Amino acid sequence: MRARFPAVAVGVLGVALAAAACGSTGSSSTAANSTSVKAMWGSQNATRCAAAVNTKPDYPNTIGTIKGGATTLSGAGSTFAAPMYSQWSSAYDTASKVAVAYASIGSGGGVAAVQAGTVNFGDSDVGMTPAEIAASKGPVLQIPLLLGAVVPTYNLPGIAAGLKFTGPVLGEIFAGKIKTWNASALKKLNPGVNLPDEPIAVVHRSDGSGTTGIWTDYLTKTSPVWVSALGGPSQSSGKTVAWPVGIGGKGNEGVSAAIAQTKGSLGYLESDFAISEHLTYGQVQNKSGNFVEPCIATIVPAVDGVTFPSSLNVSLTDGSNANVYPVTGTTYALVYEHQTSKAIAAGLVNFFAWVLTAGQDQNVSLNYAPLGSALQALAYAQLKKITINGTPVA
Amino acid sequence: MTARPASPGAGNGRVLLQRRRRYGDTVFRAAMLTAAGLVVVVLAAMAVFLVTQSLPALRHYGPLSFLGSDRWAPSDATPAGTSPNPYGIVQFIYGTVLTSVIGLLIAVPMSVGIGLFITGIAPAWLRRPLSYVVDLLAAIPSVVFGFWGIFALIPALQPVVSFLTGTLGKIPVIGGVFAGPFFGLSYFTAGIILAIMVLPIVTALCREIFATTPADEKEAALALGMTRWEMLRTAVLPRSRAGIIGASILGLGRAFGETIAVTMVIGNNVLSITKSIFSTGATMASVIANEFTEATEPFHLDSLFVVAMWLLIISLIVNVAGKLAVRRIRGDLA
Repeated sequence: MRARFPAVAVGVLGVALAAAACGSTGSSSTAANSTSVKAMWGSQNATRCAAAVNTKPDYPNTIGTIKGGATTLSGAGSTFAAPMYSQWSSAYDTASKVAVAYASIGSGGGVAAVQAGTVNFGDSDVGMTPAEIAASKGPVLQIPLLLGAVVPTYNLPGIAAGLKFTGPVLGEIFAGKIKTWNASALKKLNPGVNLPDEPIAVVHRSDGSGTTGIWTDYLTKTSPVWVSALGGPSQSSGKTVAWPVGIGGKGNEGVSAAIAQTKGSLGYLESDFAISEHLTYGQVQNKSGNFVEPCIATIVPAVDGVTFPSSLNVSLTDGSNANVYPVTGTTYALVYEHQTSKAIAAGLVNFFAWVLTAGQDQNVSLNYAPLGSALQALAYAQLKKITINGTPVA
Repeated sequence: MTARPASPGAGNGRVLLQRRRRYGDTVFRAAMLTAAGLVVVVLAAMAVFLVTQSLPALRHYGPLSFLGSDRWAPSDATPAGTSPNPYGIVQFIYGTVLTSVIGLLIAVPMSVGIGLFITGIAPAWLRRPLSYVVDLLAAIPSVVFGFWGIFALIPALQPVVSFLTGTLGKIPVIGGVFAGPFFGLSYFTAGIILAIMVLPIVTALCREIFATTPADEKEAALALGMTRWEMLRTAVLPRSRAGIIGASILGLGRAFGETIAVTMVIGNNVLSITKSIFSTGATMASVIANEFTEATEPFHLDSLFVVAMWLLIISLIVNVAGKLAVRRIRGDLA
């Protein structure tokens, strides 16, 4: 009897290991889809995305380095800009030995952290409302740092990247009115594509998100069904909305994980997340009627014809340029205008002056566009407004 | 006058010894009293803290309005508006209870089975290792369960649930409860994970309860010619019924509070109650975990405290009820 126990134990262990091995093949990899199936972008998009764009604008840093800046800075906010902050902070650390720690917690979290004063700077893809600024410790400067795209990302095995969407159709999908992939509206937009008779698993953000702000801003402008399903334009756009259907993921990271894990899912992601996770994303029809692929050349025209108010807080979606990708946005660094610590003030000005000049040359490497010269000049001018004890730092 | 050596219990010596003993005792008693009192104080302080933090929202919207609505829409909230309450919490109570009940429905029969196997059927050399392995399940961290749930359990469930939605989902009246589509993240998945987490607790208690069956009753049943199963069914189970119920209630208390594993697999659909158990939802613990970091809307954070307060109340009631039920059966277990 006693001799049998080790044999039985080994047997049980073997069965358990075999069961675990068999059960772990679940992750639905869409990497194979984007590489092995021909993309559906079309030749027009190929021309658009090949257009020459100044990817290394090489803006001059006229402020120079202010002495006495802090050697560590802390920031928190948007997951939309998180990959870029990660690269900027490591490059800046190499350039000037200043460590910038950025916590990717969502634009809502970034605004809350700025209001509470727990970080040196925040970041939000949707500018702060007057009410939010009133609830802060003082006036807040909003400094745009990059241009990025929010792309409709889906997980349909066998379907290539480049599925066509329009604002109204996306609004109906996210409102829960279009429930299956082979609905007539989607089939009409994508005539040659074999869309499956599968339900659409909508994926959205569960946290307060500037990416959501950009996406819902676009849906509010283009989809009356979306607006009425949410109960009006003030409810249908913003960092948090009352999503009628769908799975909630935390951060761009959570949404990309949910899309990768769920067959038949459709969500919205900042384009760098979709590209780096090898997820398939589609093209959206812009105001001029063209179906446009999100790439650097189609993000840059988003600022054409836009008048920037003094706060620089403006929507960049649904642009009028014929070649623009319509769901484009920027991210705003949130910095208190009247700083209380000389070292932090100098450190912040040095960092953001670098980001707005040398840093802009790195945007393209992570699929963001650098700021155009007009917007960059306006953003740079914001830095000169930062004061310490009444005197401007820069 | 000869000096007399002090001997124990003589004159000054005895008084000194007694004084030292009393002093040491007092310090010891005070220290133990503080430790015990601290536990009570922490519990009371937590309850008071939750109530005071939720007071602004309770006062603004009225305490009952939270329980009267199943629509949680922070984006609807305005600083002045009081009705309708945009922070209805009924769907979270529904989610918590539903996932816990699914967990218990799966775990309790399995626990009873394991308990019967360990006490009645297994050979003597297997009892302790098997009990040990079941208890080890309780040692697995909650987040590991969540991870495993997303990457291993959900893909494995897909074919099973597709079959269920195709068959049960089509039945006329109750079909809505089993209707698809199933995207993996759902009340049902969370219920299964809770079942695994609750299994060790209920099994341990069932084991103890079954072990107290008098041997002569079992032998009498066998002597009458009953099979092993019939003996267990007539001699062991009937007297253990109340104990099993008590164990289940304790397991329920554990399931109510489970946060991270449930948050990872339930889908975070906070808007309102969704009918099907295969659809996404939210529980009280999951909505707090998801939203507290940036609850910036008017009264959003205060309403999350209201959810936490109700979670504490419900958990305490269930845990106390469970302990009382188990104590009635076995005073030394609870």
